[in-house]
This record gives sequence, C-alpha cells and structure tokens, in this order.
Amino acid sequence: MKPTLGLAGRALAFSAPLLFSLPAFAQEAAAAVPVPDKGDTAWMIMATVLVMAMIVPGLALFYGGLVRTKNMLSVLTQIIAVASLAMVLWVMFGYGLTFGGDANQFLSTGKFFLAGVTADSTAATFTDGVVIPEFVFIAFQMTFAAITVALVVGGLVERMKFSGLMVFAIVWLFIVYYPIAHMVWYLGGTDEATGLIFGWGALDFAGGTVVHINAGVSALVGAIILGKRIGYQKEVMAPHSLTMTLIGTGLLWVGWFGFNAGSALEANGSAGLALINTFVATAAAVLFWMLTERVLGHKSSLLGACSGAIAGLVAITPAAGNSGPFGAILLGAIAAIACCIFVMKIKAKLGFDDSLDAFGIHGVGGIIGSIGTAVTMLPALGGPGAEDYAMGAQLIIQIQAVLVAIIWAAVGSAIAFGIAKVVTGLRVTEEVEREGLDLGEHGERAYNY
Amino acid sequence: MKLIIAIIKPFKLDPVREALSDIGVQGLTVTEVKGYGRQKGHTEVYRGAEYTVNMVPKLKLEIVVTDDLAPRVVETISAAAATGSIGDGKIFTLDVGGAVRIRTGETNETAL
Repeated sequence: MKPTLGLAGRALAFSAPLLFSLPAFAQEAAAAVPVPDKGDTAWMIMATVLVMAMIVPGLALFYGGLVRTKNMLSVLTQIIAVASLAMVLWVMFGYGLTFGGDANQFLSTGKFFLAGVTADSTAATFTDGVVIPEFVFIAFQMTFAAITVALVVGGLVERMKFSGLMVFAIVWLFIVYYPIAHMVWYLGGTDEATGLIFGWGALDFAGGTVVHINAGVSALVGAIILGKRIGYQKEVMAPHSLTMTLIGTGLLWVGWFGFNAGSALEANGSAGLALINTFVATAAAVLFWMLTERVLGHKSSLLGACSGAIAGLVAITPAAGNSGPFGAILLGAIAAIACCIFVMKIKAKLGFDDSLDAFGIHGVGGIIGSIGTAVTMLPALGGPGAEDYAMGAQLIIQIQAVLVAIIWAAVGSAIAFGIAKVVTGLRVTEEVEREGLDLGEHGERAYNY
Repeated sequence: MKLIIAIIKPFKLDPVREALSDIGVQGLTVTEVKGYGRQKGHTEVYRGAEYTVNMVPKLKLEIVVTDDLAPRVVETISAAAATGSIGDGKIFTLDVGGAVRIRTGETNETAL
C-alpha cells in the first residue's frame, strides 16, 4: 500500500467518504503520527448508530406502516434480516472489496476479514493529518451498505419470498453495492486505482448515487421482474398504519443527520453545513409535496408529508455538504414536486408495481439530487463552490455518474434477481400471497388483538 | 320479550346509553360494525391510489327488553340518536324465544 497522507489533500473537500488506513511504515517515517481526535471519534460513533436507527426501527416502520396488516411482520423481518446480512458480509468481504486498498477502478482486493485492522488503525478524513479510528470508519460504511439493501425491499413487498430475498441480497451486495461504492468513494494512490466515478470528479457527499439511485433502480428492476401484486389497482391496498409510517419517517429524518453530517467524517463546519441542509431541504420538501397534492386536486395528506420528507432527505444526500441552506431548500422543493407528480400521476400509467415507491422516491429523488448537486455548488446560490466553479462541466460529470449508476444497478440487480429465481424462486404462492406473508413465510402475525 | 337492534352513528353511543338508562334499561351489547345504506361512502387517496370506501363505520346495539318496554326503547333511541342528517341509522325489533341468566339459571323476563 502506498503512503496515504498526501492523498487526502487531493481535492477531497466536497467529495464523499473515502479512507485510508495508515500502514505501520508510514507511521515510522512521519514526524508527527496523526492521532484520532476524541471529538471526531465521538461524533463518528454517534453518527454510525444514528444511521442504524434509520434502518431498524426507522425504515422498517416506514415501510411496514404502508403495507396491509397481513404483511406487516414480513416487511419488518425482511428489513432486519437483509440489514444484518449486509453487516456480516461487510466485515468479511464488503470492506475489503470497497475500501481494501489499491487495485483497480471497480473494486479493491485487500483487508478481507478485516485483516491487519486493529484498534490503533486509522483512516484519513478530508483534512490533511486528521484521522479517525479505522474500526469507526468500517462501521460507519457498514451501515450504508445495510440501509441500501434494505431500501430495495420497498419495491418487492407483499409478494417476495423471504429466502429469495436473502439470496438476492447476497449476490446484489457483491455485484452492485461494493463496486458502485468503490467507484464513487475510493481514492487510490494512482488514477488507475481510484474509483472510476470519483476519478471523474463527481460529487456525492453522502450517497445519492451509491445509496439512493442504486437502491431505487434495483427496486424498480425487482418490481418488474416479480410482477404486480395480486389485485393491484383492483383491490384496496391502503396502508395499514400511517401512524407507524410517521414514526418511521421521524426516525429516518433524525438518523439522516448521522448519515449526512457524519459523511463529513469529522466534527467540523462541513458536518454543520450538512446538518442544517438536512433540516431545511427536508422541511421544504414536506411543504412542497403537500402543496403539489393540492395543485393536483387532492387534499394535503400525512402520507404526502412523510413522502415529501423522504424525497427531500434523498435529494439533499449528495448535496449535503455541497450546498448552502437556500440551495438545499430549492433542491428539496424541486425533488418533492417531481417525486409527487411521478408517484401520483405517472407511475399508474407505467404498469409496474413499485409497491412502496422505492424508485419513485429514492430513484427519482436521487437522480434529481445527484444532478442538482452541480447547481447547488454555485456560490451564487450560497454553495461552497470556488469563485471559478464551472457548473456546466460539473453538470456533465454528475449526469455521467448518474447514468453509470443507473445502468450498473439495473444490469446487476437483474442478474441478482435471476440467480435468486433459480436458487429459491422469487414469488410466494398465490395462496400465501392472499393469506399474507406474515403467516405464510414466517408463521407469525404482527398483531394478536 | 323483544330484541331491539339499533344501528347508530358511533358518536351517539353515550347519549343513547344515558337515555336508555333513564327509562330503566338494565343493559345492552355494543358491536363496531361497517355497512352501507343511503349514506354515501367516501374516497381515500394514498400517493395517488384512490380507493372508494362504501362501508361506513357504525355501532350496532342489541337490547332485550319486555314487550311493554319495547316501544319506549325504540322511541328513546330514535330521539337520542337523531341528528337529522342522512346516516343516522335504523332500528329493528324482533321477537325473542327465551332468555337465561347463566349465574342463577333464572329464565325469560326475570333473566333480563
């Protein structure tokens, strides 16, 4: 491995998390060995567990509330199971393939089973000479892999086999998540080892491409391959508890501060910027989704407010540290209007059953946020871009990054669903689907009154 | 003995119960039910998916009383449950063949 201290200085200020452990020989050579700051370390541990709160219980309740009573428990089970699977795989192979040292533009190939990592290992941040404990970085990134695979569940609920989902998740993490995370976030010692998309100079502060476009597109592919739920657009499939969905939304919003502000990797001004943007972009999106509902001739709804919150959170994710607060408000508002029109007006005509709008909100919102990040960087909008920031060139880079993420996720998830279909089958039987996956797949009910 | 079945608006339960208690009714059974009559249902919209809900939530009261009390019970429910708008509900009266109080074994009118 190459000495890494100089790398962090390479234009990382507005980029995503990316890290290097410092090898022992570098420590001997350096006059001053960087020691993790206790404040940074404490914040990153907090940020990591905040992201955990987004998954279980946050996402589990958000999704769970949106399905029918008979499938509530299956959604909760699917979320906790795929997230746990992603955590175990992360320390075995995921970290090594994503951040395990220089290899090529698509994957790393070291540090499997966390080889060589100790409590004294450190990982670089975006500031020269500032490091955090490597275990903290590993755990922080682990939660990202876990929530991304859990988000895909939103397109598959109420009909996918539990065993099929687990097989899909294993394959998908290897061929979709690890490569995309490496491509977007890994800075190597040379251009040939740096992630492809990172090398282009694409901005993705906390995971617009890696997490949201990736999960949204994969959910869409899954929804198309699985087919519609029995009775879709004929029977009543109203959410069984919007109270649960509101609780889940609140937990997601709170946890998202760890997700976005934690992606600064330090307790500093960049984290502070991400913090305030995560408040105001989301607030704007809540209001503009409800406003869009009114303009479309409906009542302003709680589900609309919750959906708007998620759309805003998704859109601000790539821009969290790459935007001023008013650029964030603009981005949140645009994402809410676009996602609202997509899920309320366009989706029904497209003929696929993306049951909980994983694509409609994470996919569409992620695309808007990732492309919009080129705009929110503008100093004129209060963004942190330099005086000579060239928006046009950045816009092209962002669009390229989005296209690569969409295509990679679509092809990779189609392969992963295909393998799961061969190994276990994808859909439950019609009988199980009608009776509900809670009893059919897990032998329990969510509620026993 | 008569069985009186009344379908009423849910928020009218307390006024009806109080009025019945005032005329000497000793007990009643309440069930949450859904149904439809002349009152229209409503439309619910979840992220653009519109569902027409025809079934309106109501309460079903079941009261068994002596023959002579039955007309007054009907009259009392009718007055207490009325709002004057559509969907106030309906009241049915049926003959009852027998009654037993399980604790004591008393039968028919003494069991009420």
